Amino acid sequence: MESISALAHMGGYGGYVWPAYGISILVLLGVLVASVIGARSAEAELDAIQRVRRANRGTESTE
Amino acid sequence: MHRFANPARFLRLAKVILPYSSGVAVLSLALGLWFALAASPADYQQGDSVRIMYVHVPAAWMGMFCYVAMAAFSAMALIWKHPLADLLAKATAPVGAAFTFLCLVTGSLWGKPMWGTWWAWDARLTSMLILLFLYLGYMALVNAFDDPERGHKAAAILALVGAVNVPVIKWSVDWWNTLHQPASVVKMGGPAIDSSMLVPLLLMALGFKAYWISILILRGRAEIAAQKVRVIRMAQIHAASRGE
Repeated sequence: MESISALAHMGGYGGYVWPAYGISILVLLGVLVASVIGARSAEAELDAIQRVRRANRGTESTE
Repeated sequence: MHRFANPARFLRLAKVILPYSSGVAVLSLALGLWFALAASPADYQQGDSVRIMYVHVPAAWMGMFCYVAMAAFSAMALIWKHPLADLLAKATAPVGAAFTFLCLVTGSLWGKPMWGTWWAWDARLTSMLILLFLYLGYMALVNAFDDPERGHKAAAILALVGAVNVPVIKWSVDWWNTLHQPASVVKMGGPAIDSSMLVPLLLMALGFKAYWISILILRGRAEIAAQKVRVIRMAQIHAASRGE
């Protein structure tokens, strides 16, 4: 327990060290999540459009 | 369809690289954090506040590295009209902006206990702030046009003009008398820093680099998909206007 409180205290600099790491983790995770969501939704949209096109082409050829 | 030739190769390569770059990022950041926060010694002058260095310095390196990458991609796009280069420049910008922002914030959190101030208009700090504004300007400009190609071109020119700021940042601590300390890792005669501090610094730097590669792949994939959607839509509009 003592080592945990020492880690939190950071020799008196805990109020500077932990926010620095906290905000870094938040920002980097934020960019990561936004990028994953962006890639998934863009690829899903392309997929949907291509499926519709293939379906349309299929009906055209049978007509 | 030749426009898709290169992006197709990128997508194949990206699929292979992404698991490795993500794995390297997670491993080296986990290890780097453990060294940075627990296993490395406190500084004899700065105490535990020196631990901010392990995120501040690699973030600063990445802020500059991403800008150089963005300017290089922009140059490739303008000179050789490489179809992927614009997309990769655009994909790099938010990562560089994030690291530059983190460099400024962590520097501020380090400056307060060490220098007694959150901010000073000194050459290093000011040139880094300008770097952040260049990223934000690039991101605003690249999305400011209805025609993405015009946005890419305008933003690429901004990226190249702004590249002059990178050497100014690098050597600002030598050219001007600044509050910021001069380089202690990348310098003539080798690093002036103990290996117990160099190890977490380099681990974090490696982790950030691998993180950038992973994000570049994800955002590159999104840009390629979005561009294909645009091409298909344009083709549909043309077909419709011809009355087909």
